[in-house]
Amino acid sequence: MSARTSQPSLDPAELLARRARWTPLEIAFWVAAFAAVYFLPGRHLILTEIVIWALFALSLDLILGFGGILSLGHAAFFGVGAYVAGLLAKHGIITEPVLALLVAGLAATLVGFATSFLVLRGSDLTRLMVTLGVSLVLREIANRYAEITGGADGLQGITRAPVLGLFDFDLFGQTACVYSLVVLFVLFLLARRIVNSPFGLSLLAVRGNPLRASAIGIPVNWRLVAIYSIAAGYAGIAGGLLTQTTAFAALEFFSFDRSADVLLVLIIGGIGYLYGGLIGAVVFRLMQDWLANITPQYWQFWIGLVLVLIVLIGRDRMAASIRPVRSLIDTLGARIRIGIIGGGR
Amino acid sequence: MLTILFDGIAYGMLLFVLACGLSVTLGLMNFVNLAHGSFAMAGGYITVVLVNRMGLPFLLGLPLAFLFSAALGALLERTLYVHVYAKSHLDQVLFTIGLVFMSVAAVDYTMGSSQQFITIPSALQGQIDVLGVGVGRYRLLIIGICAVLTIALQLILVRTRFGSRLRASVDDQRVARGLGINVGAVFGVTFAVGSGLAGLGGALGAEILGLDPTFPLKYMIYFLIVVTVGGTSSITGPFLASILLGIGDVAGKYYVPELGAFVIYTIMIVVLIWRPQGLFARQSAR
Repeated sequence: MSARTSQPSLDPAELLARRARWTPLEIAFWVAAFAAVYFLPGRHLILTEIVIWALFALSLDLILGFGGILSLGHAAFFGVGAYVAGLLAKHGIITEPVLALLVAGLAATLVGFATSFLVLRGSDLTRLMVTLGVSLVLREIANRYAEITGGADGLQGITRAPVLGLFDFDLFGQTACVYSLVVLFVLFLLARRIVNSPFGLSLLAVRGNPLRASAIGIPVNWRLVAIYSIAAGYAGIAGGLLTQTTAFAALEFFSFDRSADVLLVLIIGGIGYLYGGLIGAVVFRLMQDWLANITPQYWQFWIGLVLVLIVLIGRDRMAASIRPVRSLIDTLGARIRIGIIGGGR
Repeated sequence: MLTILFDGIAYGMLLFVLACGLSVTLGLMNFVNLAHGSFAMAGGYITVVLVNRMGLPFLLGLPLAFLFSAALGALLERTLYVHVYAKSHLDQVLFTIGLVFMSVAAVDYTMGSSQQFITIPSALQGQIDVLGVGVGRYRLLIIGICAVLTIALQLILVRTRFGSRLRASVDDQRVARGLGINVGAVFGVTFAVGSGLAGLGGALGAEILGLDPTFPLKYMIYFLIVVTVGGTSSITGPFLASILLGIGDVAGKYYVPELGAFVIYTIMIVVLIWRPQGLFARQSAR
């Protein structure tokens, strides 16, 4: 630990390397996540749900936190992935879940790519309306072709083949849980790589000021198209996971409520640092569970209240209130690392 | 054919009364208010309570719905909304979605989740013949009320001092403020009136649009279509947009029911891509 690294550096490669470094807190987070699967055997169903919400919110974070695009129709891609994965399994086209998941993600990426050009133009409001419109149109399509999608009854009769041909889905959801978590982890690593690359850095520039970003030679529109498509793929995989683990897909997957909920998940955790969606998913799902226990029918009221309060208190202020805790943990982590390196010498 | 046109116009006018408050909110404060439908729902439900449970005449219920929603709008505007104007669009969206969720659950809790019907007087039921076309009396009433309201709004906007202040504030808020116009107060009043109109629309429309706790979510997209397609710089834009939307929706449901709402969403996306400022927007001064 020389004094030089603690000073701000202008060398982009070094900056990226520093951003990409794993902090002890991050390692602890993932250890805890995998430990939860092992130590909470009775809670696999809710854990799987949390993981899927986390992946979905992670994909929204890529759009909103790194692309700066306000979307109210992100459930569109979730639904596409869910139905593609469901149809593949139902008709036995691709029975192996991992491969089917990749195809579902790819399909959502294509839909995302096709619709990404629609969100390039206009203001926040236009984008909001267009994304919402796209999800509604897709929902209508799924509703219309009921002979393929099952319409309002949902897609039923999905058979689940063993993951990689080895791990069968069990009744207690253990396989589903581990499978989802591994998918989340792999995709998180990928997202982390994307964000901490020159590409990710240019995205931050675009989010900060599109005009200046284009002035220093960043192709703004193509960057947005790229991240929108990638994020759509992520959402598609999240949807595919839900279909595969529950053997069911419904029109509700496209709904506005789902788009709004994922926004809430991300907001609870915080935007723009990848872990926001993950932490938010844990808090959101536990809160939902807790509220649904108290008031089974009216939990939505309290979710709404949380949203209103978050905005009135202010997201910056909430982030500021936990910053001392975070920096404390970071310094502690750094001390420990110095200790380990020092001990090794 | 003419009956469909007539129904479409009634539906469109209803949409206009429901949505015109939103167009001002968006145009004036650049505020994305997704909770606009909640005020409409409030108006509808207060009419249900007044007319069905307390036995007030329907025609008296309508102005009361307006007053109730306006008061509710003014209250929320002064206590909650004012804190959110300066925030980002993301915050505004979150805030108003939160309000929608709360209103949906609150109405579900107090009034039950089933659909509500307002007893309308028998004089307003049934059809009458106008030039050989059978038109619903109730729809005729809707068109009448909405037409009067539209003309009144247009006159207020164009002829009165308040109207010119409002237009000045919409055109350029900073300059308007510099000229001594209290933009906040102008906005507060407009917000209240807009909410009141939404409440009136909700009460009038309960018969046609249906009234249940999911009302704000179900019609949010329609209000937003009216505003985004019509533009926010005048009331003629949203008016034409609502009439078009109303006729299009009714005719679409009648002639090509298999397409459902698909056509409307697609048209909205195309319009937004083609003219992001709205179909009937003036050239922006800025």
